Amino acid sequence: MAQQATLPISGHELPADAQSLKARLRKSERTNKWRAFLFVVPLLLFILITFIIPIGSMLYRSIDNPQVVETIPRTAAMLADWTPPDPPSEDVFKTLVAELRSPPDPAAIGKLAVRINYEVSGASSLFRKTERRLKRLDDAAPYREQLIKIDKDWADPELWAAIKSLDSPLTGSYFLAATDMTRNVNGEIEMQPGSRQIYLTLFWRTFWLSGFITLMTLLLGFPIAHLLAILPLRTGNLLMILVLLPFWTSLLVRTTSWIVLLQTNGVLNDLLVWLGIISNDNRIRMIYNKAGTVIAMTHILLPFMILPLYSVMRTIKPTYMRAARSLGATQWTAFWRVYVPQTLPGVGAGAILVFILAIGYYITPALVGGQDGQLISNMIAYHMQTSLNWGLAAALGSLLLGAVLVLYFVYNRLVGIENMKLG
Amino acid sequence: MTGGGRIGGFLLWAWTALVLAFLILPLLVVVPISFSSGAFLTFPIPGLSLRWYATLWNEAVWWRATANSLVVGTAATLIATLLGTLAALGLARASFRGKGLLTAVLISPMIVPLIIVAAGTYFFFLRLGIGSGLVGLTLAHAALGAPFVLVTVGATLKSFDANLARAAAGLGAPPATVLRRVTVPLIAPGMVSGALFAFITSFDELVVALFLTGPSERTLPRQMFDGIRENLSPTLLAAATILVLLSVVLLSLAEWLRRRGLKNRGIRA
Repeated sequence: MAQQATLPISGHELPADAQSLKARLRKSERTNKWRAFLFVVPLLLFILITFIIPIGSMLYRSIDNPQVVETIPRTAAMLADWTPPDPPSEDVFKTLVAELRSPPDPAAIGKLAVRINYEVSGASSLFRKTERRLKRLDDAAPYREQLIKIDKDWADPELWAAIKSLDSPLTGSYFLAATDMTRNVNGEIEMQPGSRQIYLTLFWRTFWLSGFITLMTLLLGFPIAHLLAILPLRTGNLLMILVLLPFWTSLLVRTTSWIVLLQTNGVLNDLLVWLGIISNDNRIRMIYNKAGTVIAMTHILLPFMILPLYSVMRTIKPTYMRAARSLGATQWTAFWRVYVPQTLPGVGAGAILVFILAIGYYITPALVGGQDGQLISNMIAYHMQTSLNWGLAAALGSLLLGAVLVLYFVYNRLVGIENMKLG
Repeated sequence: MTGGGRIGGFLLWAWTALVLAFLILPLLVVVPISFSSGAFLTFPIPGLSLRWYATLWNEAVWWRATANSLVVGTAATLIATLLGTLAALGLARASFRGKGLLTAVLISPMIVPLIIVAAGTYFFFLRLGIGSGLVGLTLAHAALGAPFVLVTVGATLKSFDANLARAAAGLGAPPATVLRRVTVPLIAPGMVSGALFAFITSFDELVVALFLTGPSERTLPRQMFDGIRENLSPTLLAAATILVLLSVVLLSLAEWLRRRGLKNRGIRA
């Protein structure tokens, strides 16, 4: 390149062979780019197939709503001009009975019942009861009265409003449920009454507990990272190994240790009783509650705070502090005004990392959180495994993932993911 | 604080000592109790014995769980290391449009909450017919481990002197030979430490395992999880003690590799 620049001819006058040299260089650069990309393709495909697509298709369940459209499409369509509070006309009931008598597949009514039950509790048993008696209905008499005689819930406007609101292959109702909102009989969105706002409460708790844990790791980690950074490299490395040991130890081992330490007949309470600080009947409850979650998670996440802090602090030159001191700043001013601002990239990186990891925690809260120390992940697991309301689990998961991705984006902007330090 | 008053220095050391105690002591508390002769998790222990280790040794479920974890961990590590190293080489080799986004996507398994990964892979693998069993778990763990390899190898490549590879190529070595004889030996410490991270990630992973494995494919964390929930016995603490020992071994290995890597690149540590 440097030689080319000394040539006395400018670009457009280049002789033919030099022109082709330039083209060849460009071509080889392009080939190089493609070759580089080819190296990345295997991992990209692997991550797509085993990670991105599975998660994407799971999250799709949060808006997927095939049950009403596939099983009772004509009934739902006829509800378009129905207005509460009276139950719909005989025509609607007649269509409903016809559609329930010829479902697209044998399991369809069961799925429909479960789906409507998410909106109106009791709908599941209502449909099952009705399904069993479909054959015995008198085709000469009006179906409307007969169904209401089977169960008076068929006259409930909330049931019909729910069916009407579900008449679409995609739905926002899981997201409404996940944010403690619901549709009333008239189809208007309203908040659940305060006592039933479980998910917002849980999101709020997840965020503030994670924030608190992040703050704790910062308070505990900042001084130690500072000391490690100013110590001679050999001593610093030795102490760093102690920081890294928990990092390499099984999460379950660490959680087990905290249970052994903190439970009411655990080591710490035993010690306090033995020392005479508390009496045997007044053992302190330190685990299976919020405190348990906070203590165990702070312990587990602390190394993730110390590592980025340390790597930033190592690069801070002590001369700036000395300069501030010699210019008359007190020790405290020099520290607060000169040193701390330089550590902020590390503080930011550590705090975001710890916070991202904390809001997705599942195992530790499940084991040591008791009732009030559960986080949003535990609720997702509950809907996945126990209540089997996968749409709601997916909606909660989407909201959680959305929060994580926003933070990940900020982290990427702030630190650059490729600069992530792993010990 | 730097070079500041004696009191400041003392406080800093005291705080550090306390925090290190907070980090380390909880790991050590299981060790003495696992050697207890009594059946309760009390401290001080009534007497020393190896009975819980004997129980652990004789329980087939723990052996099976260990074997499962080792198989899944090894297979996942191999996949993650191979794919992760290739990708790191590609990303370091050229800059192209969308590289930042590509990297962010490839690293995302590190930060997506595990419960979401577990739920996603559960449904998807079920449809593929590998919903329950070690194959699905291995694939999921490989995806979780690959970003660690990408990051560690990427870090090694950053200080990798590209002139070495150019020199080899200039001397007539074909690209495959350059890769095999020059590049790979130089980035080997990064690969191995990435592999270690990938292995420990799989070996310690529970959430995905809870969704993807049945009782017969229990992994070690799953076995421990059930143990903690049902009955926190001294046998469990014996297992925990062995795992603490294992973490010391793995950490020493990682630290040794890190220093070797620095030495190889001519940096004194």
